[in-house]
Amino acid sequence: MTLADLKKGDRVRIEAIHTAEASVQRLMIMGFVEGAELTFVGASLGGDPLEFLLHGSAVSLRQADARNFEVGSGPFDG
Amino acid sequence: MAKLSTIRVPVERITMARKVTIALVGNPNSGKSTVFNRLTGLRQKTANFPGVTVEKRIGKLTLDGVVMDLVDLPGTYSLSANSADEQIAVDVLLGRVAGTPAPNVILAVIDATRLYQGLYLLQQLAELGRPMVIALTMTDAAIRKNIRVDTAALSRRLGNIPACTIVATTGSGMTRLRELVGQAVSNHSAQARSFWPELRHAAETLRGELEDTALSLVEIERALIDADSNAIQMLQDSLGDLAGQRISVLRQTLCGDQPPLAVEARQRYEWIRQTLPIVQTQSSVTARWGSKLGSWLNQPYPATALFLVVMATVFQAVFAWATPAMDLINTGTSAFGAWLEAGLPPGMFTSLLVDGVIAGVGSVIIFLPQIIILFLFIIVMEDTGYLARAAFLVDRAMRSVGLSGQSVIPLLSGFACAVPAIMATRVIPNRRDRIATIIAAPFMTCSARLPVYALLIAAFVPSRSLGFMNLQGLVMFGLYMLGIVGGVGTALLLKRSALRGPTPTFILALPDFHLPNLRTVLMKLLDRARIFLRRAGTVIFTVAVVVWALAYFPRSDLIETERLNAQTQAAATYDGDALEQAAAQIDNEAAAAHLSQSWLGRAGQAVEPLFVPLGWDWRISAAVIAGFPAREVVVAVLGTIYAVGAAADEASLADRLRAATWPDGQLVFTLPMVLGLLVFYAWCLQCAATIAVIKRETNGWGWPLFAWSYMTGLGYLGALLVFQIGSA
Repeated sequence: MTLADLKKGDRVRIEAIHTAEASVQRLMIMGFVEGAELTFVGASLGGDPLEFLLHGSAVSLRQADARNFEVGSGPFDG
Repeated sequence: MAKLSTIRVPVERITMARKVTIALVGNPNSGKSTVFNRLTGLRQKTANFPGVTVEKRIGKLTLDGVVMDLVDLPGTYSLSANSADEQIAVDVLLGRVAGTPAPNVILAVIDATRLYQGLYLLQQLAELGRPMVIALTMTDAAIRKNIRVDTAALSRRLGNIPACTIVATTGSGMTRLRELVGQAVSNHSAQARSFWPELRHAAETLRGELEDTALSLVEIERALIDADSNAIQMLQDSLGDLAGQRISVLRQTLCGDQPPLAVEARQRYEWIRQTLPIVQTQSSVTARWGSKLGSWLNQPYPATALFLVVMATVFQAVFAWATPAMDLINTGTSAFGAWLEAGLPPGMFTSLLVDGVIAGVGSVIIFLPQIIILFLFIIVMEDTGYLARAAFLVDRAMRSVGLSGQSVIPLLSGFACAVPAIMATRVIPNRRDRIATIIAAPFMTCSARLPVYALLIAAFVPSRSLGFMNLQGLVMFGLYMLGIVGGVGTALLLKRSALRGPTPTFILALPDFHLPNLRTVLMKLLDRARIFLRRAGTVIFTVAVVVWALAYFPRSDLIETERLNAQTQAAATYDGDALEQAAAQIDNEAAAAHLSQSWLGRAGQAVEPLFVPLGWDWRISAAVIAGFPAREVVVAVLGTIYAVGAAADEASLADRLRAATWPDGQLVFTLPMVLGLLVFYAWCLQCAATIAVIKRETNGWGWPLFAWSYMTGLGYLGALLVFQIGSA
């Protein structure tokens, strides 16, 4: 499962990242790293881009980038 | 009188000769501008960094009687730059920008509700080793989200960097911040810190191999991590071919097969994961959206409805609300010109002042109300966080033409003026997207096109009601659409050809909705108005004077003699009102005769054959030529060409246009010709300032020359098609 396959409101943890693309590395600088937990807030008009909530910050990215983040679902503590 | 030798320079002034520079740096949307405005008040100016059109905001900050420079740097998440804006921030911090000394003190502005991301930049800034102060903003929002930041713990964790909390909107905490900055200024000691010791060790190893040590440790670290760091070139200058080899060996040791940036991110977020529980109580994982309204407006359909309402309001405001102020300015400048003309002796100087300077500059100042209203909306949308939301909403649609949601902000600004619109493209990280947006922006109907549209539509399109719309309004709307279609179509063509490349990404932090800060909004608005007026006072002033000179010289003595003779004859024939009318008629005919043999008139006649297929006579051709430096002067030039006295208003200009004929008696301004002329104005690039800003922004003459020839060609073709098909 990747960040592109979530339902609205899903809470997941990033487990593995395909790091080759520059845009993925940019997202990593913004905190999309292994172990980070985030919530899928929803998609924009037409299903793309996507909005995620990460430690209180809303960040938008496109599906093409979201596919590079492998995630696992909760439950998490905290 | 005091002897010179008794004047002594105080000792402090000598030691203070080197000015203290403080750099304000932080993540985007961290409230940096508000802190900047709080610290400097009105003592700020906007300039450009050398070579790039990244705006450089500098303010004066007085601490203990000493005046210092505060430089507001573009927002960034890290020292790995991703856009022209971010590159400047990084270069200033590293002391690599000509004319901007390396900052003596770094003032980091961090959003307390986004400490997770803020700590990344904080680590990198702390590693620079310069005196530094941390200002935590949005603490009021943090309290609402149950986030408490322990500033003392934060300070210790980062290696004793003083930190304080502020609420920039109310000014609370600013006294403490000033104190801390004052202490940091007098603290000259650099302190070595590193949150990734292996990287620092590798940088030290590499520096040991260098002969000259102009590069700082942090710059060598950036060379090891960033693929396109400026420091790599400097390493090559120093180590030659060995540099590449040494970098790859050290990268391999540090990062293995992983991209160095990814390794750095993992490393730094590992530290952040350990740090957050120490410096912050209660993580804000679930808290979001102060209001339910915000989250409802975030749904695609309500968001679309809101977007349409906002856009409609902006247009309504720009056109309707600005009218009274514009009328006032128009009346004011005309009255001033008439008063001057009445008070001064007739002649060249009066003509220069009234027809050149006042008419020319006045025809630009009249847009000030529209520009202020449009920028007010854009600034408020930016300040409330709505612009990012709008970009998120339209991203998908923009992608279908090869752009991203981030192009929406510059394109919207283009409806006021292409110059700030092109400058607003700096936020677009990808160069191809940025250039496509730059070329599309001048197609948007800027406020300078409005007077031309208004004049021609009022004169030639019947005011007929079509249901809830008026035919005139419909034509105006059509012209706006024409601009959008031209711009978007051009972007699409470019992205399919010269600027072909991978689909751009859309990585954007979406700030929470919050109320705009009145102070910040007013300051930014003042800044915009100042920039616009400065342009009117310099560029437009020059253009107005040059166009006036082209239309005034050479002066023919023959016409002047004939005019005087005719006046003498009229005085002998008529009297009373009839004499006045005849005298005015003679003056107008003389003015028209002067114009037709002036350089501008001759140029119009020379190019007339080129424009005859469009239905234009030499007068329109001359007006169009005069409009190339700045399209807004064209109404004034048409006014002169059609020999309207200074006291005449636009209505009579419209009448004169309607009456204008070819030598064979046919009307010049037929409906197809007027519609063609409107199409020409919608597409043609008649603005020297836009060309200059494209040149600066793209760093060469290629793109501005392309934009000019392409848009002029497109305008010509459009006008030709409309006229030929319409007249057939």
